[in-house]
Amino acid sequence: MANFAIIAVKRIINAAVLILAVVILNFLLIHIAPGDIVDTIAGEMGGITPEIIAEIRAEYGLDKPLYEQLALYVLKILQGDLGHSFFYDIPVATLIWDALPQTLLLVITALSLALVIGTIFGVIAARRPNSAFSHFITVLALVGFSAPVFWTGLMFLIAFASFIPVFPPAGMATPGLEPGSIDYYLDVLHHMVLPVVTLALIYLAFYSRLSRASMLDVLGSDYVRTARAKGLSERVVVYKHALRNALIPIVTIAGLQFAQILSGAVLVEAVFTWPGLGTLALEAILRRDGPTILGILFFSAAVVVVFNLLTDLTYNLIDPRVRLGSKE
Amino acid sequence: MADPLLEIEDLRVEFDTRDGVATVIDGLDISLYSGEILGIVGESGCGKTMTALSIMRLVPVPPGRIAKGTICLQGEDLLQVSEKRMREVRGNAISMIFQEPMTSLNPVFSVGDQIVETILLHEGCSKHEAWRRAVEMLDAVGIAVPEVRAHEYPHQMSGGMRQRVMIAMALACEPRLLIADEPTTALDVTVQAQIFDLLKDLQDKTGAAIVLITHDMGAISEMAQRVVVMYAGRKVEEGPVDEILTNPRHPYTSGLIGCVPHLNADLSGERLPLTEIPGVVPPLTKLGQGCPFAPRCVKALEKCRLEMPPQSVVGEGHRVSCWLIENNGP
Amino acid sequence: MGVIDNSQNQAASASFEADIEISDIEHPLREAARMFVRNKAAVAGLILLLGILVLTLVMPFFYTIDPFDLVWAPLSPPGTENAPFGTDYLGRDILAGIVHGGGATLAVGASAAFLAVIIGLSVGSLAGYYGGWVDEVLMRITEFFQVLPTLLFAMVIVALFRPSIATVAIAIGVVSWTAVARLARSEFLRIRSLDYIKAARSISSSDRRIIWFVILPNAMPSLVVQATLAVGGAILFEAGLSFLGLADPNVMSWGFMIGSSRDYLMDAWWTVTIPGIFIFLTVLAVSLIGDGLNDATNPKLRER
Repeated sequence: MANFAIIAVKRIINAAVLILAVVILNFLLIHIAPGDIVDTIAGEMGGITPEIIAEIRAEYGLDKPLYEQLALYVLKILQGDLGHSFFYDIPVATLIWDALPQTLLLVITALSLALVIGTIFGVIAARRPNSAFSHFITVLALVGFSAPVFWTGLMFLIAFASFIPVFPPAGMATPGLEPGSIDYYLDVLHHMVLPVVTLALIYLAFYSRLSRASMLDVLGSDYVRTARAKGLSERVVVYKHALRNALIPIVTIAGLQFAQILSGAVLVEAVFTWPGLGTLALEAILRRDGPTILGILFFSAAVVVVFNLLTDLTYNLIDPRVRLGSKE
Repeated sequence: MADPLLEIEDLRVEFDTRDGVATVIDGLDISLYSGEILGIVGESGCGKTMTALSIMRLVPVPPGRIAKGTICLQGEDLLQVSEKRMREVRGNAISMIFQEPMTSLNPVFSVGDQIVETILLHEGCSKHEAWRRAVEMLDAVGIAVPEVRAHEYPHQMSGGMRQRVMIAMALACEPRLLIADEPTTALDVTVQAQIFDLLKDLQDKTGAAIVLITHDMGAISEMAQRVVVMYAGRKVEEGPVDEILTNPRHPYTSGLIGCVPHLNADLSGERLPLTEIPGVVPPLTKLGQGCPFAPRCVKALEKCRLEMPPQSVVGEGHRVSCWLIENNGP
Repeated sequence: MGVIDNSQNQAASASFEADIEISDIEHPLREAARMFVRNKAAVAGLILLLGILVLTLVMPFFYTIDPFDLVWAPLSPPGTENAPFGTDYLGRDILAGIVHGGGATLAVGASAAFLAVIIGLSVGSLAGYYGGWVDEVLMRITEFFQVLPTLLFAMVIVALFRPSIATVAIAIGVVSWTAVARLARSEFLRIRSLDYIKAARSISSSDRRIIWFVILPNAMPSLVVQATLAVGGAILFEAGLSFLGLADPNVMSWGFMIGSSRDYLMDAWWTVTIPGIFIFLTVLAVSLIGDGLNDATNPKLRER
């Protein structure tokens, strides 16, 4: 267990450094932007005098040396202050906090679906490597990757919200329903179907292919041959001996993909007008709401770092080779 | 002599490859008796491993197939029985250990678990009893502090130790036959000797027969009582080990023996050069009707390329497939 | 064991002529090309890509209607006079958009991928070859870029600097190089430890020579495959950015067409479906080619 503790500490420190680096990046971006905060505010205010400008500069601490500003910025972030939205005039942290659950709902559901179904598909395909099903997975993976996610979403909308109007075309819930009621939850579920399916499709395609490859690789390994030589049934060989080993790379890669999932979520939210972080980010960019954009950037990067850390630690925990140290 | 424990008759195994059908084993006859150690020797690709896999019926069925022949375990033809029956045989009546101990054990289960698994599968005893027997087996193969090591994972053990675990696992259900496919090729020389001693020892105690597959003539001379020499999927010679080593009758066999450097040779005396067997094993898709060794055989006759020689008996239990014998050659 | 008389064997083999067939050894490039051609899907991809290239690079000279021109009544379905693919909500010709918009998409895709490969290859190869602290530092940097959510970061970059084809391409390139870097590094690590590298070192070949003339050619197959996939990814990325309205508004691209017509999808499905189909086909073609290259050069996937 000591081995694990050492690894854990190293990884956590690494994660902290990464987050710090993101903070610094954010800081630099704020200052690189052609035209800075002051200009934006001044522009919106109208009557500007040099005194007012100096006032604003002091208020934002822009008259202090750069490294001091950086230190202040870091401190603010540590306290959870991600800045103040130009557009909404409320703290960015609040905006993010309000939008986060919706995005999480979408992403976690889609990801779980994709992982589970994808793994199952992969196992089935690996057991019958030349079957129609295996080819189906290849085609699915190809199509899943090649079709732009937002286009797939739009196609689903056309098909199931227009031609055959089964699902609502936009938003998360129908207005007028009491939040917290069963009707409300069912309504959300109803709204959720198309965006979740759209998002899940890409990952389903990817995981099926990954799962099949991993499974095929494991099924060809020596210890599977040993298991068969012991007289174990094919079912036991596949689901007990092979699957556990095949899952390791799948889970690892799944964890590392989180950054990309957030990107997919942005596009899907845009298509379905889903009120989450993605929509928030898009609006912020279109409205040139600097603090919000950067706040979201930092937040999502931080989430990715933490998520990677957790996946990493979990992986280290389940693979005994890493947990106990190897003689190899 | 008593009835053979295992009798392979006219075995033919084919593989579909990109370049056609490869005949990896043809016309193979082998008899194995209880309690004996039989060596199968030959170059890489000569069909030794495939013979072992055929006995276990683990030949990957596509792209391979067992086209012809019977493999009788005390009268029961293993090539005809149901898959269910075959699973009862594997790990139980016939066990196998493989060449690469580093990768032959599942990395995510402890070694104890893996041995227990096979005991529970075939013996149907309680988990507690199975664990006890597993520890016993680990002890029997010479692993120190077996009750502790049983909980360890394969990567925590050296190659030699992993091979011992494999042996323990293979012998756990007291098989009548143990097939050892190049068990020491991947190990250090000193460990090799230990493993061979262990195998001989266990064989004495349990009375199991061992089929030792190797390309190393030295190992054969150490371990085996009888030996079968294979080339390109065919048996070319067989006989008692001492007889074969001193009086090989097939050109390939003499070639193989000639390849072994003599560590004990008198350095002051005349130095015996190592012979090489010129050429390479032909592609198994292009074998003709004749003796497969003919293209490389220094003494080949015209007849050798046209027709496969039959088996002739040249001594007590000593058989050769060579036209030179027919013609009273060397 | 008695003394074995090898003298006869010796004499005989000295004069023995080995008339053995050694199968012809094929040049690896020819072998890869042969395998690629045998792969029907890959060839189909190649043909498809050629078709699209003709459409986007040659056709604009023949079908000269400006995609921004108002050609007919808005929201006319495909098959209308003057607008074979129909018109969008402003009355712009969809077919013109397809023909003239493809160029931007492909140009951005290709240049972004190129940039990503250059950066990724440099970082990865140096990290993989030199190891040690060089590796550590470069890997930290790579990790840093990896955790930034790609789309968001690209959006930020494009928003900060005026959106144009160039900024979009640069933004995508800057955000996507980490995959190439990781691959390059692992390839270099793998090849570096092979025996013929040790041989090259032992005859005092300089580092530069070894990297350029020995390792790089061996890493080429994997890198080419990765580069091909990067092009596909970059095209999708560009489409996404255009869809969101963050790309150059003066340049017609397929993503832009979908984005601008998004609100009309219920009534005029062709305005979003058709451009999307073309994006799909392009990326599909590139992916098929990439897969084909992968199968052709990866020995592990060959049959027994």
